[in-house]
Amino acid sequence: MRADLSIIKDWIEPQSRVLDLGCGDGSFLALLKEEKQIFDCGLDLDAENINKCLLAGVNVIEQDLDKGLANFSDNSFDSVLLTQTLQAVQKPDVLVDEMLRIGEKCIIIFPNFAYWRYRLYLVSKGRMPVSKSIPFEWYDTPNIHFCTIKDFDFLCSTKNIKVLNRTVVDDKHQNSSLMNIYPNLFGINAIYHISR
Amino acid sequence: MTSTIPKDSVGIVKPELIHFDEALTLRSGKVIESYDLMIECYGELNQDKSNAILICHALSGDHHAAGYHELEGKKDEKPGWWDTCIGPGKPFDSDIFFIVSLNNLGGCSGSTGPTTINPETGKAYGPDFPIITVRDWVNSQARLADHLEIDQWAAVIGGSLGGMQVLRWAISYPERIRHAIVIAAAPKLSAQNIAFNEVARQSITTDPDFHQGHYYEQGTYPKKGLTLARMIGHITYLSDSSMNEKFGKDSLTGGNFGRDLSTGKLNFGFDVDFQVESYLQYKGESFSSNFDANSYLLITKTLDYFDPAVDYEGDLSKAFLHGNCKFLVVSFSSDWRFPPERSRELVNTLLKAKRQVSYLEIESDGGHDAFLLPVPRYLEGLSSYLSVVANETFTNEKTSHAS
Repeated sequence: MRADLSIIKDWIEPQSRVLDLGCGDGSFLALLKEEKQIFDCGLDLDAENINKCLLAGVNVIEQDLDKGLANFSDNSFDSVLLTQTLQAVQKPDVLVDEMLRIGEKCIIIFPNFAYWRYRLYLVSKGRMPVSKSIPFEWYDTPNIHFCTIKDFDFLCSTKNIKVLNRTVVDDKHQNSSLMNIYPNLFGINAIYHISR
Repeated sequence: MTSTIPKDSVGIVKPELIHFDEALTLRSGKVIESYDLMIECYGELNQDKSNAILICHALSGDHHAAGYHELEGKKDEKPGWWDTCIGPGKPFDSDIFFIVSLNNLGGCSGSTGPTTINPETGKAYGPDFPIITVRDWVNSQARLADHLEIDQWAAVIGGSLGGMQVLRWAISYPERIRHAIVIAAAPKLSAQNIAFNEVARQSITTDPDFHQGHYYEQGTYPKKGLTLARMIGHITYLSDSSMNEKFGKDSLTGGNFGRDLSTGKLNFGFDVDFQVESYLQYKGESFSSNFDANSYLLITKTLDYFDPAVDYEGDLSKAFLHGNCKFLVVSFSSDWRFPPERSRELVNTLLKAKRQVSYLEIESDGGHDAFLLPVPRYLEGLSSYLSVVANETFTNEKTSHAS
């Protein structure tokens, strides 16, 4: 299992209600069901992913995150997950608010755009960074709202969001002491556990 | 046999008439003392009776959902109405599941309905047959489950009005159903839906051959009215784009007003000019010769009356607070009779009730009738979902055999 998912797995309580926004093929929810007997609910838009969820016996709802989450009631889930999707939605700040309305705790994983290689790429080449973890050209990328760890911290402080836990990992989802000292420079992916 | 039976067909099937002696009290307060249900079964019931699926039909459906009837020693040309989904290797796999389909009460394909002789009068019930609600149907289906010794259905499945019966099962008998598959349905009819039904009813009841519903004794039936009712209905089952696809192919030549002409030229009169007109008339007329007008009136009322929220102060989510069954809801993009918004309404209700639900919104030009069509993503989704239902069934069976 991806190390970032193994980190957040520990943040999920057994028998809790988990909403996974952009749940992909449902494998993470399937794992949580198996190991923690959670109540699962995934959202996705991709037909192939949705079918894989059905095959895995994962509850999946075909729904566009950009059209909002008004159909989910306040505090109806224990945890709301958003992994590698924050940067691809139209209104990330509204989505974070909505996640915190629906879930008691939220887990967000996003790519840190201030990672030193991206900074160097932009400074030295003068072009938008393309890497193994962000393999898109500027015109065909699904990622439309890049942010950095500092940016997200700022968003949390302006919105009075509690950061329960923050971890940074590299593209192998490993953590190092350098990353812990300078997360915004050395972290490729940021993992936040937040609540109101 | 004039033609061979496809490999993925359940083959030649025989309906069976089952008699029920216990009186059934209807939602209206009226009582049916005894009744018959015509059913068809496909596949085999397993030892612990955990692999049974109930198929619920829509307005004009019946018990003949799959396979072929034998007519005078020959295989009938047309298979059952949901043959795209039922059969070996199909989404509702008859090699895995025991599939039960019935003609609902009030229908006209063998189950007790307006054409049945009323034992009290010795004449056909006709218009005096009591109004049946979806709840009454489901109560009668539960009796059928008792008769077949099925405590719990692995799944109850239906499209359109069939989907409404599935919802009612989940509300009335939550412990007797493991999966509820609700396709192209709605939590209740919209004013527009009821309006279309009323036009259909008016066209039947104003036909001079209707005789206030006592047309059997006159040796006739309201052919024109029922034809018209079906024509109206049929338009609402298709989509604008599917009708254009079917009847607008010659539009590129520019000479046909964008639609296919019936005879190749305009008649400058009020007879049929366009193919769509003759098609609708053909569909309507063939329906009218096979379906009973009183049944049609009755079942449109069944549709209009469906609103399970009335027992829960208008909050449908309260209806789903009990039970553990999982739901699969499916809608089709071009369905304007019960459009995707209606299915999403249902999904949101189930979410509010904290129920397990999956939802598919299938892109299709097929309109409301898409649920009967071989739309690849739809069939794949159903197969995937049912494969999990099948696994549970086998796990259950193994556990129960071990114990």
